[in-house]
Parts: sequence; structure tokens; C-alpha cells
Amino acid sequence: MSLHGKTLTELAVGLKAREFSSVELAQVFLKRIADHQAALNAFVSVTQEQALAAARMADAALAAGRAGPLTGLPLAHKDIFCTEGVRTTCGSRMLDNFVSPYDATVVAKLKAAGTVMLGKTNMDEFAMGSSNETSYFGPVRNPWDLKVVPGGSSGGSAAATAARLVPASTGTDTGGSIRQPAALTGITGLKPTYGRVSRYGMIAFASSLDQAGVLTASAEDAALLLGVMAGFDPRDSTSVDEPVPDYRAALNQPLKGLRIGLLKEFFEQGLEAETEKRIREALAVYEKLGATLREVSLPNLPLSVPVYYVVAPAECSSNLARFDGVRYGYRCESPRDLMDLYQRSRGEGFGAEVKRRIMTGTYVLSAGYYDAYYIKAQQVRQLIAADFERAFKEVDVLMGPTAPTPAFPIGAKTSDPITMYLNDIYTIGANLAGLPAISVPCGFVGELPVGLQIVGPHFSEAKVLNVAHGLQRETDWHRRIPKAYA
Amino acid sequence: MALTPEQIGSIAHLARLSLNEAEVPVYRRSLSAILDFVGQLNAAQTAGVRPMAHPLPGQTQRLRADEITEKDARERYQANAPQVEAGLYLVPKVIE
Repeated sequence: MSLHGKTLTELAVGLKAREFSSVELAQVFLKRIADHQAALNAFVSVTQEQALAAARMADAALAAGRAGPLTGLPLAHKDIFCTEGVRTTCGSRMLDNFVSPYDATVVAKLKAAGTVMLGKTNMDEFAMGSSNETSYFGPVRNPWDLKVVPGGSSGGSAAATAARLVPASTGTDTGGSIRQPAALTGITGLKPTYGRVSRYGMIAFASSLDQAGVLTASAEDAALLLGVMAGFDPRDSTSVDEPVPDYRAALNQPLKGLRIGLLKEFFEQGLEAETEKRIREALAVYEKLGATLREVSLPNLPLSVPVYYVVAPAECSSNLARFDGVRYGYRCESPRDLMDLYQRSRGEGFGAEVKRRIMTGTYVLSAGYYDAYYIKAQQVRQLIAADFERAFKEVDVLMGPTAPTPAFPIGAKTSDPITMYLNDIYTIGANLAGLPAISVPCGFVGELPVGLQIVGPHFSEAKVLNVAHGLQRETDWHRRIPKAYA
Repeated sequence: MALTPEQIGSIAHLARLSLNEAEVPVYRRSLSAILDFVGQLNAAQTAGVRPMAHPLPGQTQRLRADEITEKDARERYQANAPQVEAGLYLVPKVIE
């Protein structure tokens, strides 16, 4: 099999056995990135020189017997993670020229583990989008069909991983930004529990929702990476001091007796018929493995999207206040005075969707409206979290679709923000309640992939990965690579 | 709920965003539609429900000791600034 057709786990075995070197691996994938960048636009920056230097160090560690489980493996980081000495744009004109003075904790941990960063992936501007069309650096295209979106906001990471321009990549998920693009590009995408992975150096969007995770070829690969990324970080005040289990050791637990809850509301709300069939087929695989299915109702879940579009814009309007045209980032030409400097730097530096969310957030937080919008939304959010908690007293995991339809054409939903927001109807709930969730490929509608979503209780990543891996032992959807990239 | 152009102007000012004339009707339309959409929250029964303060039950914001832990990295940080002089960030004159 070609090197790029292997999973991260298989590449790790090959590196240990010295079947190929880390430098050779980096070269194979760097060549693929260069060959397909024009078509996919999955990268904002490619860090060839740093990658080859890191790969040479990894090869030395492998030769000296000092290698860890990730030493020498190539990957890409979403351009929302700060990378020391490397441009970090967050998909925005605002940070077009920003060279980060330090590494995000996720980046530092993966670097210390010997991984080789090949570049920074394209994304929706400040992670605000579900189609990767809001990036200042242009839309990313889906490797399954260049006319459709890859999903967002981690669309560059998803497209790059699906086309095997990298074997794996990092992402962030505030309302579905890992899971939805993973579903739309036929790969595995894990959003861990809120607080599981450090967010230090991860550019903030909505701080009560943001979490870092991975986009990979398999649940096994996600387990491999999460084991290194997870853990307490004193530099992130939302990081939780919980022990990190051996995620890989739990992958092969038998699924007999697993209690699966089917999210009733998800099967009722705008789910496309063929997509539903693929989900039902995956559920049948679990039944064959000895799991039991039962319908579970979370009555407040249909309010997830309106809750999100109060809470997320409110927090974004506060977080993005830091971009002032003074300390870093874009500054307008010839400001008349300080007010003009602030207003034009922000007006010109931010794109349309980011400005829309900042203004929505500013409005709902403004005097006289705070209780009606923000407090009300946080109350309904509490009800949604309680619905999940009740459900997990009866079932081990919840399942449903990741997205209501397969990938849609580029430009199809850009004129109406609410139509675009409804793409995240099935993914937002896990963010509101801080729960871990994964999307795994479970078949196709026509030529386009479909994702099954698995949600677990807080800190149940080992179980969620175990359940996802169970499907991937029985099916080969996760091994499919779009023809042009095979 | 329909926002007026004046309200859009005042929100943009609070958010320190310059908008050109063509942008005002666009944001007026989309912000009004978003506020209508989130208005469905009003129908939810929330009497006596405590607003969520943290997504993990029982967790609160962790505080650290008020101690200096960072080293001076002014030059490194100011390398990203649009305009600096003698270690200071330059902005247009503030006091007449």
C-alpha cells in the first residue's frame, strides 16, 4: 500500500520498523500538499523547511532508540493554534501578518512528542462558519467533489486529511467545527470534553464552548493523538485536572450489552432520507455486535441552535475586542484619531460573518437586553445539559447523524446566515453541555460521505473511541479515499 | 423584530466597527432575522432555572496565585505591533 494510504497508527509501526524514515514521510506528504494545494486550498502556510528539520531530528531519535509513540509522524495544525515563529492567521485579514511569539500547548505537546508539522490549515475566519467559505484566504474545496464545501470551520484540516495530504490534523470545535467537516469529508473527527485539552494559545472564539480535538483517518488514530494532547495545563484556567486514561488500551472492549440511545429529535428535524438510511445501517452493525438500541427524547435539544446564536456571538464579541489595531494585527491606513483607528482597523480587518457575530453579541449583551437574551439562553442551556444528564442515566452513548445532509455546493447557503447556522443543528448540543463527541464515516449518499455521531458523558472519550473503533472494525468506510487522491 | 438603521449604527459604534453605507442594510436585515430566530427561546419555561455558569457540573473558574511568573518579552511581542517606538506602542494623539 502507498504510504499516504496508511493510517497514522500504521505509519507509526512502519517508522519503528525502519521501513521508511520520517524525512521520507515528510517528503511524500509535502509533495502531495504541493500537488493539490491549487485545487483544494486546504493550507494557509506550508512549513517545508521546519518540517524537514523536525523530521531529521525524529529520525535521529528513532535511530538512537529514543522514540515515543508519535515520533516522526507528520501532521498539520489548524491555523487557529499559535505556532512559534510561524504565521498564525486564524483565517483572517486581521492576523494576515501575525507571527506567533509562542506555541499553543497542543502544538508544544505534539512537538515534544516528536511529530512533524507540515503546515497550517485553512479555516473559516476566527472559526465562524460551517462551510469554510468565510476564510480571508478563500474557500476550501471538498476532495470528494470540488464543487461542494468541506464543512467548517476546520475545513482545511478535514480536506487535507480526507485527501491524505496529511495523515492527521488538529482542529477546534465550538458548535461542530471538527465533527461536521469530518462527516462531510468522510473522516473521523473527535471533540473531547470541555476542559480535556488545553486551549492555551488557541485563538479564542466562544470560551464556554471552545475545545481542541483531532481529524484523523480512524478512531484508533484519534486515540493515539488524544493520549498526548489531553491533560491538565495550569496556563488554561478551564483545563481540568483529570487523569488521562490509556485511550488505545480501551479500543477493543467488546460492545455486547452497550446501551445506545437514539436521539429522537435528531431523526425528526430536517434529516435527509438517504442520510438517515446510512445512519440506520450503522446502527444495525452495532445491533449485530450485541448492542441494544432505544429511542431517547431530549425535549429541549431543538432549542440548541437559538441558544448557541446568543451565547457564541456574546462571547465572541467580548473575545474579539482584543483586536484593536494597536498591539498586533491589522491597522488601517492613516487613522484620524484613536476612535477612527479602532473602528477602521476592525471594520477592514474582520470579514462579513465575523462582524455579523460581533454585532449580534454586542446587541444581546447591551444594557437592557442582557437578561432577555443572554441569561435566558444560559437558562435554556442548563435545561439542555439536564436533558443529556438524564439520558445518560439510561444509556451509555447517544447516537444520531452528524449533519442533516451530505456536503452542499459552494455558494448555496452564503446568502442566508440562518440556513447556514442550521447545518450545526445536531452538533451544537454536545458543545452546550460540554460533552465529548465523535463523527465517524458510515457510508455515502451518491459520491458524498455521511457521518455518524456518537456522544458520551463527560470524560468518556475512552468509551466514545471504543464504540467508534467497533464500527471501524466491521466496516471499511473510513478507509475510502476520494479517487483523485488514492 | 426589525432593527432600525440607527440601531445598527449604534451597535457598530459600541463594537468599534466602521460600516460603509452599503453594509448597513445588509446587517439590518441579517441581525433582525437572527434576533427573530433566537426569539423562539422566549417560549421556553425557565422559571427558577439557574443560568449555566460552567459546562461541567460542579466546576468553577480556577484562580491562580497573584504572582509574577512571566519573563519580560516586550521586544518579542512588539515585533507584531503595527507601530512602535522606544518600546512604546504608537497611536494617534489622544490628548489635544
